[in-house]
Amino acid sequence: MGKTVELLEAKGIVKTFPGVKALSGVDFSVSAGEVHALMGENGAGKSTLVKIITGVYRKDAGEIIFNGKSISPGSTLEAEQCGISTVYQEVNLVPELSVAENICLGRQPKKLGFISWGGVRKRAVEALKRLELDIDVSKNLSYYSIAIQQLIAIARALDIDSKLLILDEPTSSLDEKEVAELFKMLKKLRGQGLGIVFITHFLDQVYQISDRITILRDGGKVGTFEAARLPRLEMVGRMIGKDPEQVKSMEKKREIRKVAGKEFLKAEGIGRKGMLFPMALEIREGEIIGLAGLLGSGRSETARMLFGVDPSDSGKLSIGGADTDISSPKKAVKNGIAMTAEDRKVTGIISDLTIRENIVLALQARAGAFRTYTLKEQYALADKFIKALGIKTPDADQLIKNLSGGNQQKALLARWLAMEPRLFMLDEPTRGIDVGAKAEIEKVMDELCEKGMALLFISSEMEEVSRNCDRVMVLRDRRKIGEISGEDISLQAIMKMIAE
Amino acid sequence: MKFLKIQTRYIPLMATAAVFALLYIIGLSSFSNFGSLGVFVNLFGDNAFLGIAAIGATFVILSGGIDLSVGSVIAFTSILIASLLDKGFDPGTAISISLLFGICFGASMGCLIHFFELPPFLVTLAGMFFARGLGFLIHPQSLGIKHPFFLNTVGDSLPVKLSNGVEIPFTASCFIAALILALIIAHMTGFGRNVYAIGGNEQAAKLMGVRIGATKIMIYTLAGFFSALAGVVFTLYMQSGNPSSCVGLELDAIAAVVIGGTLLSGGVGYLAGTLLGVLVLGLIQTLITFHGDLNTWWTKIVIGVLVLVFILLQNLVTKMTKKRIKST
Amino acid sequence: MEEKQKIFRDNIFKRLFWPLMALGLLLLFNLIFTKGFFHIEMRDGHFYGTLLDILNHGSKVMILAVGMTLVIATKGVDLSVGAVMAVAGAIAALLIVQVESGWIFVQGCTLGGLVPFLNAHHMSWFLPALAAIMISLVAGLWNALLVAGFRIQPIVATLVLMVAGRGIAQLITDGQIITFTNRGLTFIGNGHFLFLPFSVWIALGVFAIVAIAVRKTALGLFIESVGNNETASFYAGIEAKTIKGFTYVVCGLCAGVAGLIAASNIKCADSNNAGLYLELDAILAVVIGGTSLNGGRFFLAGSIVGAILIQTLTTTMYARDVSPHVAAVPKALVIIIVCLLQSETFRRKAMGILKTFKNK
Repeated sequence: MGKTVELLEAKGIVKTFPGVKALSGVDFSVSAGEVHALMGENGAGKSTLVKIITGVYRKDAGEIIFNGKSISPGSTLEAEQCGISTVYQEVNLVPELSVAENICLGRQPKKLGFISWGGVRKRAVEALKRLELDIDVSKNLSYYSIAIQQLIAIARALDIDSKLLILDEPTSSLDEKEVAELFKMLKKLRGQGLGIVFITHFLDQVYQISDRITILRDGGKVGTFEAARLPRLEMVGRMIGKDPEQVKSMEKKREIRKVAGKEFLKAEGIGRKGMLFPMALEIREGEIIGLAGLLGSGRSETARMLFGVDPSDSGKLSIGGADTDISSPKKAVKNGIAMTAEDRKVTGIISDLTIRENIVLALQARAGAFRTYTLKEQYALADKFIKALGIKTPDADQLIKNLSGGNQQKALLARWLAMEPRLFMLDEPTRGIDVGAKAEIEKVMDELCEKGMALLFISSEMEEVSRNCDRVMVLRDRRKIGEISGEDISLQAIMKMIAE
Repeated sequence: MKFLKIQTRYIPLMATAAVFALLYIIGLSSFSNFGSLGVFVNLFGDNAFLGIAAIGATFVILSGGIDLSVGSVIAFTSILIASLLDKGFDPGTAISISLLFGICFGASMGCLIHFFELPPFLVTLAGMFFARGLGFLIHPQSLGIKHPFFLNTVGDSLPVKLSNGVEIPFTASCFIAALILALIIAHMTGFGRNVYAIGGNEQAAKLMGVRIGATKIMIYTLAGFFSALAGVVFTLYMQSGNPSSCVGLELDAIAAVVIGGTLLSGGVGYLAGTLLGVLVLGLIQTLITFHGDLNTWWTKIVIGVLVLVFILLQNLVTKMTKKRIKST
Repeated sequence: MEEKQKIFRDNIFKRLFWPLMALGLLLLFNLIFTKGFFHIEMRDGHFYGTLLDILNHGSKVMILAVGMTLVIATKGVDLSVGAVMAVAGAIAALLIVQVESGWIFVQGCTLGGLVPFLNAHHMSWFLPALAAIMISLVAGLWNALLVAGFRIQPIVATLVLMVAGRGIAQLITDGQIITFTNRGLTFIGNGHFLFLPFSVWIALGVFAIVAIAVRKTALGLFIESVGNNETASFYAGIEAKTIKGFTYVVCGLCAGVAGLIAASNIKCADSNNAGLYLELDAILAVVIGGTSLNGGRFFLAGSIVGAILIQTLTTTMYARDVSPHVAAVPKALVIIIVCLLQSETFRRKAMGILKTFKNK
């Protein structure tokens, strides 16, 4: 690669949040007239890096050189003034204002100190013209589809003569046709000499549009590659932290368990519009099933659907042979299904309550308000699980928010284990947990599966999935694309399926 | 379907206009002299202070906040002006001082809300207690005003004369002037648009470079100013100051804003709607006065029902909008 | 086991420390500066004195605060309690007049066996009181429907009844102030029972019933859980809707009881002034008592202490010849100070300022 002058050059960026090192000395550069994809799993540091470049966070160390000058933006406004604009995943515009206003908010053309509405409209039309978009700018933003809104957001970003455009998962709510349109636009902008940073987790899209790919993992940079010279399999491997040699040489260290359990759950054609394409699945008692796929592939969505958080709107589902409708978590719990979701803080812990209260919560919710567990029973239950799972706390009366992440996770497992579930779905149960806790959790789960509990396991650590599961369902781009079971399960097999 | 799409955001506003028209027609068909120009003009004159207070409330509600201190601030300004005049100050000074008070009062509430992230309803609630008590501290009872300037506002010199003996009262002129000022602020300044943006989506507004803190403090300052102005107009209207007046007026103001089609969650609304809302409240009052047999408590019930209907209507419109976005 | 219950008790004490401290300081002030504040005398086998007046007058806010605590614990607020009080008082006054004039007797004959019992002279208060409670139940259900059913923000949803409620009360009383003399009904707000004013016993009863209902069942846990993290509670299988609705119903019922006491106190139903601004006192009592407006953990006993504190403050000012209206100024300052102390942001900023001072 020739020594071109880079438009943006970030060197040795470090960012630490309390307790976590989000970025540890990352280099990243974008040249004018290229689309540069930024890839990585959850927690890789993509969004932290972007937020530092756009002035949302301040870096702890490192340097950003933009257009030949060292910059250190303190707000999105300052970044915009430098010529860096961002379009976020969720359309971050005001839906009830007109398109023209959304494009010009905060920088309206003025006459004698008052807004010149003619000027606003003219400027908006011009900004949209650059994207070849001819729409009525006096209509409310919410009048238009998400795809158009996304383009309007880009128009706003370009309106201020920016040189670098950062797109943070702009395609996550677009359909294929809309994506194609967006890409046509991006190619045109690239032709005009704009630098574009493109963040996505759709693999196909990365290859369709990007010139270079930078992969981050665990706050560090794995490498920058030319898209044309990076085979898919290698990219997937690097994203999950394995280089190609490693994957090939990895021995299968798993023993095949006998799964003789009866059918517990069977579903056909269940899906949810805009979230998950219809799929069939079957879960047997005592079975450990893995959901493998990259971020955004639909792996968490599948669990959420089965748990009734975002209930399916098609197909049918039966539990133990009887047709069932799981329309809320309450119903799922009644049917013996438990789940710990990905985001522990939002969907798991009730931070101001004690460990004991957090542990009895699901059991108590199933029993109803009036079949109360006595304090004595509650303490017995809490103490039992604190001991069994090795939760490190002086007693059951500590507030759960004072525990470490791993211990919070264990307390959440205890909440669900207390109700003796028949199917337990774990979404990223081991994220942010130290190795010891991880092993303990795995051991407890294994024991329970011996006793007939089915386990649905979701992890971005594909190695974990391939090591622990009896059967692996592979997902890509919100679609179930296949299943691997028994001896065929290997990291390589899963990755091949995803990359195909 | 296309027709429906365009119209959804105007449904509440059109509903308000329809309610106004309906009430007016009821009045016309029931009472012979209801249609006279005088009745219509008085609608503005008698509700001027409520209208001005509602204008301030519109800004606050548009931004997603709430201001409960309106009634108390009006009462405080009225007794402040009356006692200043009583002590020999000239009207200009008295009015300036009271407007300045309103501005400072609103600004301090805005600061508490912004800097310490206290809920607006609580801060303005405290403001309501505070201003009410302060009024009683100045003068515990009603205090009449004898100053010629004040007497003139209802006398011959200040009101605008129309044909056939009808004149536009000075208070009505103040109301219309305040409305024009508010329209300019809301639609012609960057600040006004920022108010809408914050109410519509605060997170997005922030990312779009709107200075949230400054705008919020400014909003409550503006609301304080309009409350004080409403107090001045109220004093002109009553020709006296009274620390116990306007109890619960903030609710009427909020009701007028809601009936005027402004979304209580912020972001959507029109000052024209607020004008209509105030006129609807005024019409209800007038109708009940005309009727003679009906008691005034019907006003409250009708207002309550209207508020409920409009809140449900807003919910419906919001849901329809969301559904449409999803389906496209 | 016992040790654990002790920790439990210690926590409650820690929470009550500041409000109790403030109350103590206020009482100390009165001990030194207000003559006769602590004077209690025995007449006809009952205690009288300023302290008992505080309890007697404070009982309404105590009862309201109990219901309000639950609502605030779910991250909500109920602005309509004052208006509901007016409605409940109005219904009770209207019915007692009609019961005593015999109208209900004629109407009620068909009801069979129950009627002679209700028409017995000493039970004439029963039907009006029951009706007052029932109408406040309806009011609570109404708020529950709007907040939990239609998902309208609590401030807005309860505003409807706050505006319309007083109109309804006036409609019931036909705009008149209905006075009554019925012994049973006036006893509620003026009578004495076991040395203390009867209203104090009612307040204690309401507190006890609600406390047992939420703390001896899992309701309290669910309320705190929903208020603290609604999403996580939903994931745990709790129906947040039902829980929220329940709190508004309890709050409505409490308002009804308080409304009965208010009407009984002055032996009439005054729709314009009954319970005016009491919703604000109730919210203040809850906040002083340590329940955060952000929902989650709630402290019923704290709210009771908060209500007593507010009443003591008011009574102190009356005793020192401050007009009731001017008393609003210190009340406002108390609201702001308490909220600032509870505000995480304020504490953080204040700490920051303190630190910079120390470094200098």
